[in-house]
Amino acid sequence: MEVSRELNKQANEYISHYPNDQKRSASLPLLHLLQQEHGYINEESMNWVAEKLDIEPIHVLELGTFYPGFRQTAPGKYHIRVCRTLSCAMAGCYETMEKFCEVAGIDRSRVTHHNPIAVSEDGKFSIEFAECLASCGTGPVCLIGDEFYESVNAENVAELIEKYD
Amino acid sequence: MSAVKKQTEDLVNVQVDGHWIQVKKGTRMIEACKQASAEVPHYCYHPKLTSPGNCRMCLVEMGMPPRPAPGQEAELDNDGHAKISWMPRPVIACANSVAEGMGIRTQSTLAKECREGVMEFLLINHPLDCPICDQAGECTLQEYSVEHGKGESRFLENKVKKPKNVDIGPRIRLDDERCVLCSRCVRFTREIVDDDVLGFVDRGSHSVLTVHPDKPLANNYSLNTVDICPVGALTSNDFRFKMRVWFMRETKSVCNGCARGCNILISSRENKIYRQTPRENNEVNSSWMCDSGRLNYHFLESGARLTDPMIKKGKSHETVDWPQAIRRAAEGLLKYKGDEIAIIASARMTNEELYLVRVLADTLGTRNVDTLKCHGEGDDYLSHEDKRPNTNGAKVILKLSSPGSKINSIKRDIESGSIKALLVYGENIASKGFDDGVLSNLKFLVTSHILANPTAKLSGIVLPGAGYAEKRGSMINATGRLQLLNKAIEPPGNSRDDWEILQDLNRAMDGKDFIYELADLFSEMASVVPALKGLTLSGIGEKGVPVIETGETIPLLEREAQRVKQGLIAG
Repeated sequence: MEVSRELNKQANEYISHYPNDQKRSASLPLLHLLQQEHGYINEESMNWVAEKLDIEPIHVLELGTFYPGFRQTAPGKYHIRVCRTLSCAMAGCYETMEKFCEVAGIDRSRVTHHNPIAVSEDGKFSIEFAECLASCGTGPVCLIGDEFYESVNAENVAELIEKYD
Repeated sequence: MSAVKKQTEDLVNVQVDGHWIQVKKGTRMIEACKQASAEVPHYCYHPKLTSPGNCRMCLVEMGMPPRPAPGQEAELDNDGHAKISWMPRPVIACANSVAEGMGIRTQSTLAKECREGVMEFLLINHPLDCPICDQAGECTLQEYSVEHGKGESRFLENKVKKPKNVDIGPRIRLDDERCVLCSRCVRFTREIVDDDVLGFVDRGSHSVLTVHPDKPLANNYSLNTVDICPVGALTSNDFRFKMRVWFMRETKSVCNGCARGCNILISSRENKIYRQTPRENNEVNSSWMCDSGRLNYHFLESGARLTDPMIKKGKSHETVDWPQAIRRAAEGLLKYKGDEIAIIASARMTNEELYLVRVLADTLGTRNVDTLKCHGEGDDYLSHEDKRPNTNGAKVILKLSSPGSKINSIKRDIESGSIKALLVYGENIASKGFDDGVLSNLKFLVTSHILANPTAKLSGIVLPGAGYAEKRGSMINATGRLQLLNKAIEPPGNSRDDWEILQDLNRAMDGKDFIYELADLFSEMASVVPALKGLTLSGIGEKGVPVIETGETIPLLEREAQRVKQGLIAG
């Protein structure tokens, strides 16, 4: 696995925030760094964290698989996260999801609990459901990459997708 | 009405199910209940491991005397103890300690409802494969379902599917659907054997026990996780699907794999051993044993077992009956005098057998008596570098200050021809430097062993003995503890208990009276061996007695004692 010099530097910086005998505390920040750089984390990146922190790899595996926020498969160029918590569900997020898949050409038929992300054939878009994105009054809401969109419904999905190239 | 006992420096008064008892300060509630004979069901708690309190099965009702307002006296009950005011919520008994005046109710409605609730949740996703599960019969999930379950399920959804028949190491299989996530195995590998490879991945009802993909559970203590698994999630490849546990007879004995002498239970049925498991002895092996010792019983079923006494005729051996074999052996040995004869005994022999070797050596008048030294790899846990179980017995009974030190001179004397007759007991010396070239110098060679090995092949007379699980007797382990072996199965064919063979050989030479009971032989031995003075065979008991000081300590037990001191485990 390639780790940029920049990332390595940032990782060392995070590790320095914790006492030397409690380096394990830097596990989460390091996993976030790796996900930011690679789009997801895998066994290799978790092993890298374990080695970096001098802890047993099983501890990082336990942590990395606990949070659904850590993606374990590669997303597309643009990753869409559609909120499906109660308010958004009632406001029609399932229709939004369907429309997204239709417009971006994503097949969600093979999505399971352990494999929540579906990627379009051209690799440009990927999509998954997310839990509450904290804007319940303006649902359905979604994130594309780090950008937040409100009131995303079947009518305006196509227009939104066009912004991404 | 019992009088109130004073709270002393070390003891506190605790009420368990209405009865007041005194327990040591700092005792966990669950251990206090155990002392009061009130069983608290539990999955994750194990006295030798830390208490994460994650199974919630040991929830009990707890109360404390309220602190009186200033100027007020504490209200007393009929016994004179301060009245307990009960908490509205249950607490876990495994991770909380007792305090002076504490009350615990293990049988109240609240406690019972808690157990029912926990059981119902545990059974939601549990598969219905009890009929083919190896744990059936010794499964706490089964037992507690009967005792504490609701007897019905209200669950209408689909069960979560999890991995089954997962290969997590060379000796263990994992069934994640059976797992109740108690984490005992995880803690064992982390805390006891420092091999951190197990963990829980994923979350909520999808959470599963797993082994790290690059690091299998392969350490030499891995099978202990099978013992402490309260359900059938971890099963031993060696025992899987071989025998229902309720058909097996358990015999308390001692492992013969090394000088540690781990206490074991041998489980057998119809003269066949199916498994060996550790038996708790906090002076020897705590609750654990190594995998190599545990699985080291298959040689007893070997096709090479000797089943009849044999005499060499020409190039091959011929089966004879016992009286003939003994007579020929005695006659053969008596042809030679004193130091023309050597005896190589084995530290695999029991004390009783070694004592008979000593008597034999005295009758023959030889000083050439020794045992083989057999050292291998030990570790920092239980496994000892001395791979013979009774080296200390050989030292004490054969009066050998350093077993194995005479072997070279015996070998030289055989080569030079000054030793003409050799009796080899329980060792395959042909693979330990006494090859054909050495042994062919002998005029007379008698071997007693359980397997047809190269030494037996060269021997004039072969006497088939019994394996460690096929006889009774005592041994002294590395720390100087006298322990008892018990007979789990019969030796095969016409092979016999070794002490009887040796006694027959002795009596054929000295003509003295026979001893008919092993216990009498032990008493005779105890009367001449100072270290065993005043002891009897039955007096050894299940956990053994210390008889000699060796100055050795057991690394694993030292660390456990340290953890008890730190309050991390109950011990």
